[in-house]
Amino acid sequence: MAVSTRNAAAADARGRRRAGPGRLRRSFGAHWYAWAMVAPVLAVMLVLIGWPLARGVYLSLTDATEANIGRTIGVNVIPSTYEFVGLDNYLRILTSELFWDKLLWTVIWTVACVALHYGVGLALAVMLNRKLRFRSVYRVLLILPWAVPAFVAAFVWRYLYNSDYGVINGMLKLAGLGPVGWLDDPVTAKAAVIAVNVWIGVPFMMVALLGGLQSIPAELYEAAEVDGAGPWQRFRAITLPGLRQVSSTVILLGTIWTFNMFPIIFLVTRGGPGSETEILVTYAFREAFTGIRDYSGSAAWGVIILLMLVVLAVGYRRTLRSQGDPW
Amino acid sequence: MSLTLAAAACGGGGGEPAAPATSVADPMKITGEVTWWDTTRPDSEGPTFQALIKEFEAAYPGIKVKYVNVPSDQAQNQFQTAAQAGSGAPDVIRSEVAWTSQFASLGYLQPLDGSRAVDQPGDFLPGPSSSTKYNGKTYAVPQVTDTLALLYNKRLLKEAGHEEPPKTVAELKQTALDVKAKTGAEGLALNVDSYFLLPFMYGEGGDLLDVQNKKIVVDSPANVKAMETVADLISSGAAPKPATTESYANAMTALKEGKAAMIYNGPWALSEIYQGKEFQDKANLGIAPVPAGSVKAGAPTGGWNLAIYAGSKNIPAAYEFVRFMTTAKAQAKIAKEISLLPTRTSAYADPDVQGNQDVAVFKPIMDTAMPRPWIPEGGQLFQPLLEGYQDLVGGKSAPADMLKKVSEQYHGIMKDWS
Repeated sequence: MAVSTRNAAAADARGRRRAGPGRLRRSFGAHWYAWAMVAPVLAVMLVLIGWPLARGVYLSLTDATEANIGRTIGVNVIPSTYEFVGLDNYLRILTSELFWDKLLWTVIWTVACVALHYGVGLALAVMLNRKLRFRSVYRVLLILPWAVPAFVAAFVWRYLYNSDYGVINGMLKLAGLGPVGWLDDPVTAKAAVIAVNVWIGVPFMMVALLGGLQSIPAELYEAAEVDGAGPWQRFRAITLPGLRQVSSTVILLGTIWTFNMFPIIFLVTRGGPGSETEILVTYAFREAFTGIRDYSGSAAWGVIILLMLVVLAVGYRRTLRSQGDPW
Repeated sequence: MSLTLAAAACGGGGGEPAAPATSVADPMKITGEVTWWDTTRPDSEGPTFQALIKEFEAAYPGIKVKYVNVPSDQAQNQFQTAAQAGSGAPDVIRSEVAWTSQFASLGYLQPLDGSRAVDQPGDFLPGPSSSTKYNGKTYAVPQVTDTLALLYNKRLLKEAGHEEPPKTVAELKQTALDVKAKTGAEGLALNVDSYFLLPFMYGEGGDLLDVQNKKIVVDSPANVKAMETVADLISSGAAPKPATTESYANAMTALKEGKAAMIYNGPWALSEIYQGKEFQDKANLGIAPVPAGSVKAGAPTGGWNLAIYAGSKNIPAAYEFVRFMTTAKAQAKIAKEISLLPTRTSAYADPDVQGNQDVAVFKPIMDTAMPRPWIPEGGQLFQPLLEGYQDLVGGKSAPADMLKKVSEQYHGIMKDWS
């Protein structure tokens, strides 16, 4: 007993003498095994996420393109001639009309898609939460769009929209109406891509919300009914608050996904007509991957998109937390 | 001691300067695997090239060819990605004429001057040959060449009272209107793609760039007139308002099914057109030079080159492959079977080539085709023009405004041009 006390005191004194303020070191000493456990994960994260991210941020501050990044291929040796240009790329992007045009459309696209995803998803979830015949058949059918790979869906829809040989115009013709150039006019093209994305995104919302609905205790509804609450009152007072947790998560996820929903736009309209349906990510891709690639410019676009989403996510979480949500 | 010896032996073997490819004693002894990215249509054109590969492998038992078909609209991008990354790039790529100088400027291509890849350089037609040069060096070998022509349905034109295809844009409009009035089919199916605007521009004496003076001339009055012509074809009903997505496929389908009488397209489209029900009888397809504008008739020079990736591990084998695929004999076979135009003068003397009607019709058109500016940025000129064309077709902007916008974008791409 005495021995151990003395040892502990000595260790304590030694620690203080050696480390001075070193709380980190002491914590490391005490929790070294925890650090050791985390280290591989940390290393992998640094390599897989940190390094590309840092490299992207660095590139966005240079004027690097495919032509001036140094490389040696066989007999051809090309020296590196790109330079650090500071915030030039950001200034150029943020002062261009094009960026604000694309941002406006991206926001409209995101809000419209997420609102429809959530609205339609909730409606379907509520319907499927009832006891009805063939419920599981409906559920499988409604989940189907989600199981279709995005590029397959995009090509199918592209064919449906074809102005001369498409199914939709074929039906219009049968109904005695003229054909519509769905993807040829900015307004209809925008509506068309939103429709495709809604078709693809609703199943996820529906399943998530269905899960949420099933976690609401049935007793609450029974009690409300005894108290004389009508269906709408029950929906507002029990269903919506009960879904709050799920809703806030899926809306945030949906917003981020839709904001960055590359394949639908890229495959259905290629950003056309003109570049009317191009959202921020597809535009950044075009910068990066057409002609002589502009690495620095597209990296700057990427960083701007990332910052916007980070700000959005943080703001959203703050709001939720201030309203009493636990996360 | 033995270590030093081994090291010396290695040094001796690896340190010797590589013998120039021309002095290879026996090319039949070369071994290796050559990966080739082909960009032809796999169903209609691919089999001919695969048959050629069989012949090559039989002639060069040591060399294996790995055939990869990459869609032509993706090959440029995929090659750039792979070449830049240093892995996954093919040894030989079928490069569009406009890509070649871009790839060369980025250091992706093996210089071919004096190598076995280029056999009798003087035999190649000057137009296609010019596309293989960058900074005075040769980076590719012309494989096939092409240009645009007016392809038409003879039956429909005859029903509309026209024995002869239109020779000018004014006649084109009239013929198209007659077809529409008398047969119920559409007259002209337009393809909303930049390349297909060039005949209209050249026809008025316009061009995209003035390379000699490093000047961007896309918004010249001549081009404005050309765009007005296109807009007029649509508004007058001579051409139905084209879809801006899938318009190539739609125009092709319209011709193949007899729903439209005329389209602009090149020899690469012929094998696909002959699969259409309207052209079971090949004789029903007419091929004529593109109609002239107020200045002349002019269509762009297109075509494909074979180029070798500079990082290839099998350069000697790739040289032999390129050499074989661009011989007059190989070109004659390609011309005979799928009507793609040879790039060698001597190939046109081949009886197989002379026996092909399509080639016979296209050859004189080829002779008046306009080479495009072969500059590294050449491949980037099409996207802005395409967006402009879509705006024009959609009625979103007038010819002059549209070209002004295109010009602004060109200035952004080529900053030191006036």
